[in-house]
Amino acid sequence: MDSDQSEQERIHIRVEPQDFELGVEYERLRERSHTSGAIVVFTGLVRDFNACGALDGIVLEHYPAMTHKSLKGIAKRAMTLWNLEGVTIVHRVGELHNHDQIVLVGVSATHRAAAFDGARYIMDYLKTEAPFWKKEVTSSGASEWVEAKESDQRARERW
Amino acid sequence: MIKVLFFARVRDQVGCNELEVELPDTVSNVGAFTDLLKSRNQACRDALSNPNILVAVNQEMASSQTTVEDGDEIAYFPPVTGG
Repeated sequence: MDSDQSEQERIHIRVEPQDFELGVEYERLRERSHTSGAIVVFTGLVRDFNACGALDGIVLEHYPAMTHKSLKGIAKRAMTLWNLEGVTIVHRVGELHNHDQIVLVGVSATHRAAAFDGARYIMDYLKTEAPFWKKEVTSSGASEWVEAKESDQRARERW
Repeated sequence: MIKVLFFARVRDQVGCNELEVELPDTVSNVGAFTDLLKSRNQACRDALSNPNILVAVNQEMASSQTTVEDGDEIAYFPPVTGG
C-alpha cells in the first residue's frame, strides 16, 4: 500500500485532448521533488511539413485502455534505471494543428545526467511502445497514416 | 467470447473497430487466433498478413505464442507513431 501511494505521488500521467502549460507542469513536478537537484522537461510539437511537402495538422488516435498502462510501465522502468524522483507524462490526442504541443515529459533527479538520460529514455520508449498513431493531414485535405521510423527503433535500442 | 479491437490503418483495412469472436477449443494462442480471423474474409486476411502488425492481449504487448483464453481482449495495430 505504501509503495502504491508513493508511486502515485511520484508518477503523473495524463492522456487528453486539451493543451498543457509548460510552466504549470514544471511547477507541479518541482513541488513533488523534494530531494532533486535537476529537472528536465521535454516537449514535442506538430511539424508543418513531412518528406512530401506542407502539412495542415495531425490527428492522434490511441488505445485508451492500454495507453495509460503502457506509459506507466515506461515511467516505472525509467524511475528505477535513473533513480528519478518524479516523472510527468502528458500526451494529447485528437485533432492537433501545426506547431501545437503534442507531448510533455518531465523528470526530476538528484543530478542532471540522470534527468537528461531519464527524459530521453522515456521519450525513446514512448515513441516505440505506447499505443498512439498519427495521421497527417496535407494542405489539400487528404490524410495519411504516418509510418513508424526505423530511426526511432534504433534510438530505443541504444538503451 | 474474445473481444477483438483494431486500430489506425489496420482498422481502416479491416473495415471495423471491434468484433466479438467465439473462441474455438482448438485455438489456444495468438498465432492460431490470428489465423482464425484471417479465414473470416479477404479484408482481415490482407490486414493481418502484414508482418509488422503488433498484437496486445489484455492491453499487454503479445507474441504469436501468447496464450489466449475466453474473455480476453485482443488488439491488432500497426507500429506506433506517437510522441
